Amino acid sequence: MARRLGLALATCLFLGFGAAAEAQPQAVKPPANDDCLACHGDPDAKRENGTSIGLDDKVFAASTHGPLACVDCHKDLATLQEFPHPEKLAKVACATCHDDEGAKYHDSIHSWAKEKAGLTAAAPACADCHGKHDIRGRDDATARVFRANIPATCGACHTGVLDQYKTGIHATTRAVGNDKAPVCIDCHTAHDIRRTDTDASRLGVTAQCGTCHAESMRTYRDTFHGQVTRLGFVQVATCADCHGAHDIFPKADARSMVSASNRVTTCRKCHADANDNFAQYDPHADRHDKARSASLYYTGKFMDGLLMTVFGLFGIHTALWLARGLRERGRAKK
Amino acid sequence: MATYRRFDAANRVLHGFLMLSFLGLSATGLPLLFGTSRWAAALAGLLGGIEFAGRLHRLSATVLMLVFLVHLTRVLKQLLLDRDLGVLWGPYSMIPQPRDVVQMVGHFKWFLGLGDRPRFGRYTYWEKFDYWAVFWGMGIIGFSGLLLWFPTVFATLMPGWFFNIALLVHGEEALLAVVFIFTVHFFNTHMRPEKFPMDPVIFTGRLTEHELRDERPDEYDQLAANGGLAAIEVGPSPSWVVPSARIFAAAVVSAGFVVVILIILTLVQGRG
Repeated sequence: MARRLGLALATCLFLGFGAAAEAQPQAVKPPANDDCLACHGDPDAKRENGTSIGLDDKVFAASTHGPLACVDCHKDLATLQEFPHPEKLAKVACATCHDDEGAKYHDSIHSWAKEKAGLTAAAPACADCHGKHDIRGRDDATARVFRANIPATCGACHTGVLDQYKTGIHATTRAVGNDKAPVCIDCHTAHDIRRTDTDASRLGVTAQCGTCHAESMRTYRDTFHGQVTRLGFVQVATCADCHGAHDIFPKADARSMVSASNRVTTCRKCHADANDNFAQYDPHADRHDKARSASLYYTGKFMDGLLMTVFGLFGIHTALWLARGLRERGRAKK
Repeated sequence: MATYRRFDAANRVLHGFLMLSFLGLSATGLPLLFGTSRWAAALAGLLGGIEFAGRLHRLSATVLMLVFLVHLTRVLKQLLLDRDLGVLWGPYSMIPQPRDVVQMVGHFKWFLGLGDRPRFGRYTYWEKFDYWAVFWGMGIIGFSGLLLWFPTVFATLMPGWFFNIALLVHGEEALLAVVFIFTVHFFNTHMRPEKFPMDPVIFTGRLTEHELRDERPDEYDQLAANGGLAAIEVGPSPSWVVPSARIFAAAVVSAGFVVVILIILTLVQGRG
């Protein structure tokens, strides 16, 4: 083993000297992947502290970055002339290529926690969700960011949320094959994740619910909560305030926040003095749906009739008056 | 030419507050009804965002309810303390009477060239309609508005589905009121050819002798017969009143016209 390490070191040193011998500033030849693998291909090669520096080149070759050179990401090694290189390398800047995602991540709560709040170990950077040398595209079923794998990837840190999510209707309907049902990123986005109490997040998540629950969104928009949130005021109920976020259940389920037994408690989150009567208010009432609410349906019809009668009669009254008045005026001028 | 008093100062001031609060309520309420259109969002933005617009809406509603209460008090005082039964019947009453129906039919005949113009008195049938429309509106919009303002209080008295009805009628009735005022009321008072571009009477409180005799011959004849004309004769308005009223009314009428066009366009395109 010692002989192999020695050989690897010798190769690295040779390469380093070779580069130095050519000594033309622009023409430094960066190490090829095979050069790196001379050391890193050895599963037993270790850092000073005993951790492995080994890398399975088959895993890397199969990754979505397989065609890239090591120095494409580890840029500081492209111009380094002395090998073995120092243990501490510059951070890989994924945003060099993935600039859109980088910009979104930069504004996210994850980035804020890492860069500003000092949660350096806890908060994720790119590799924590996407992997490093084994990185795979989201269409690859083995990728950590493959749709079906997202809950597990986020749940690696957000364990409590994952437990809640697993019980909810979105996860259980996914389990029986409804791939449209949301995973974490559908509501929270992948890179631009915000605190859920910000206006932008509350509006964004609400809009997301509507992409599948179109009918509920339509009726929500017809009632006060939906009317004012549409105009940007979000200190009133949005979907998640009444239905929950991760452990959403159908209203027939006793665990649901909008089940008959829980509804008053849910209303009281905002309307502290709400009673049983109050909780009978239908936040998704539909004036066109006779079966859902006959009283509202017939009130709507009455109002339509009233408006048409008033405007019809006064429309005629005004039109006739205008015509006669103009004739009178014409006559007066003559 | 002589000038006569039609509206006293209190009624002009009350109408002023009625008008301002109505405009405030319309501007702050319409964005909710038409939230999908850009003009509604822009209007809410102009009013300082929808949260502030909501406060303006409740403030305007309070002003309007006070106007309504003051008016009711004045009418009741006239009836009960002054024992003036003219409030209930006769030419000075706002109560619809048989002659209003006769005059309405007569007015339609005149429109069509089938008869002479009815001899209108102090309050015409369309003025009474406007007046009672406000009462109806105060009852329906005002009450449903209070329900929506204090839902937990009213929920101790009424079932939850009542609030669904309240929200629907509040919006629909408001739409009726806004479009009615901005079209029919503005036409009947200002835009009709005899008055175009405006009738300043609600600001000045004054009619010319010519206007009183031609437009309200029944009232004029009675006043001339019982010698009441002298009692209501007043001097002309201060010189600034009519020009200011013209500018103000022109602004409000134009704004109302634009809003009605936007509402109609939005309704034609589909509100949802």
